[in-house]
Amino acid sequence: MYVAVKGGERAIQNAHAWLAEERRGDTTVAELSVAQIREQLSLAVNRVMAEGSLYDPDLAALAIKQARGDLIEAIFLIRAYRTTLPRFGASAPVDTGDMACDRRISATFKDLPGGQVLGPTFDYTHRLLDFKLAADGETPDAPMRETEVGPVPHVTEFLNQEGLIEEATHVDTTPPDLTREPLEMPADRALRLQALTRADEGFTLSMAYSTQRGYARNHAFVGELRIGTVPVEMEIPELGFAIEIGEITLTECETVNQFKGSKTEPPQFTRGYGLVFGQTERKAISMALVDRALRWEELGEDNVGAPAQDAEFVLYHADNIQATGFLEHIKLPHYVDFQSELELVRKLRREVEASQGQHQEAAE
Amino acid sequence: MKDTIDQTPDRKAWMSLMAKAPEGRVAALLDAALPRPDYTWLRAPEIGSVMVRGRAGGTGAPFNLGEMTVTRCALTLPSGEVGHAYVQGRRKADAEVAALVDALMQTDAVNVLRTKVLDPLEQEATARRITRAEKAAATKVDFFTMVRGED
Repeated sequence: MYVAVKGGERAIQNAHAWLAEERRGDTTVAELSVAQIREQLSLAVNRVMAEGSLYDPDLAALAIKQARGDLIEAIFLIRAYRTTLPRFGASAPVDTGDMACDRRISATFKDLPGGQVLGPTFDYTHRLLDFKLAADGETPDAPMRETEVGPVPHVTEFLNQEGLIEEATHVDTTPPDLTREPLEMPADRALRLQALTRADEGFTLSMAYSTQRGYARNHAFVGELRIGTVPVEMEIPELGFAIEIGEITLTECETVNQFKGSKTEPPQFTRGYGLVFGQTERKAISMALVDRALRWEELGEDNVGAPAQDAEFVLYHADNIQATGFLEHIKLPHYVDFQSELELVRKLRREVEASQGQHQEAAE
Repeated sequence: MKDTIDQTPDRKAWMSLMAKAPEGRVAALLDAALPRPDYTWLRAPEIGSVMVRGRAGGTGAPFNLGEMTVTRCALTLPSGEVGHAYVQGRRKADAEVAALVDALMQTDAVNVLRTKVLDPLEQEATARRITRAEKAAATKVDFFTMVRGED
């Protein structure tokens, strides 16, 4: 018999009211503004934009505030908001070669045109807690050095004069969109890249790390890592020409991977690619490594059965909103399901006991 | 709503400039330059998204990177000029003023708008870009080789 149960309403309302109070915390401590989060927790904002798959720093900051700093909850809020927006169209592919770089480094070539530009990095810090920050310390102005402003060439462009690196051939196809069509296998590289750029950072990092430790080992070097702004251009139908509709910060990582050649490809360096919203370099490097591992089939490599080579495993488990949605639903009421399970176990138990009783009788 | 005036490169430049301007900046410059004229909405300000694309390997096949928020609108002046705007973010007031400037740039207000709105916007954007480039340049590594005493 199914019995509908009501009665949680007041408890839920009161729980949400308490949530709001707890979110605010001690009222003798000043409240955080959305602008403060946007400006001072910008890497959290960047992660929420990347995995929420919506570039809007103010919205991401608001989501972080609402979610009490729970970034996956914030990403959930952004994904939900995103679905309410009408889509005006798609941009022309951004030209990362035209990036105004804040940071641009190569681990493979010391003396590259444009130089090694460190940018505002945590690298080479000592990872010691800075108690001056707790004391409202003043920040020093960043030093400046005169320079020519202009685009910096991609490392692979001049690296490839010998033809030792796989080319990324310019084509103009309309890419599949997993926000419009469900993700299905086999997934081509465009679809994999879309899934990876919005994938959970922790999951992507662990998958990438597994390839470094030997599961589908493909020995990646960071050919280039760059962070900076690019303009976004879109064709406006009512005008009949394209205009820039904004400017976004991106992190791009290109790996070059040792490749001994295969049945179909000559020995060369192959490439993995990461491109992510915001300043998000751990994610971009991870994405490039996982992208490269997933390319085993098109490069004619062996499938060694490593998790990072399994597109279905990687892509179906990379989305933290899908994952958390399914995971967290098990804490919601399952009273009826559980009642039937309980009945079943009781019945099985009775049967086992009955048959044991018979055995005993037979033995006596 | 298709426009016939062929000033595409110029128009592309000013529309792009206003799309990327900081919040409220175009309004402040316009209101200091001239009083706002009357207009009629062709499309009231509307917030939506644009799917941003990238290319595999930077130069290869396109893929969908994620969306960005965009506000757009269109209006017409009593004298008939049509102004369009697409600006980054959720900024209805900024979209409205960008469409107004776009329409007014097709009238004889063109010179005053260029000197009092667009030129300052352009200069400010360039200054911001140079500041960041110079901070980046200060973090460029100057390698030097130590003499190794191995003989």
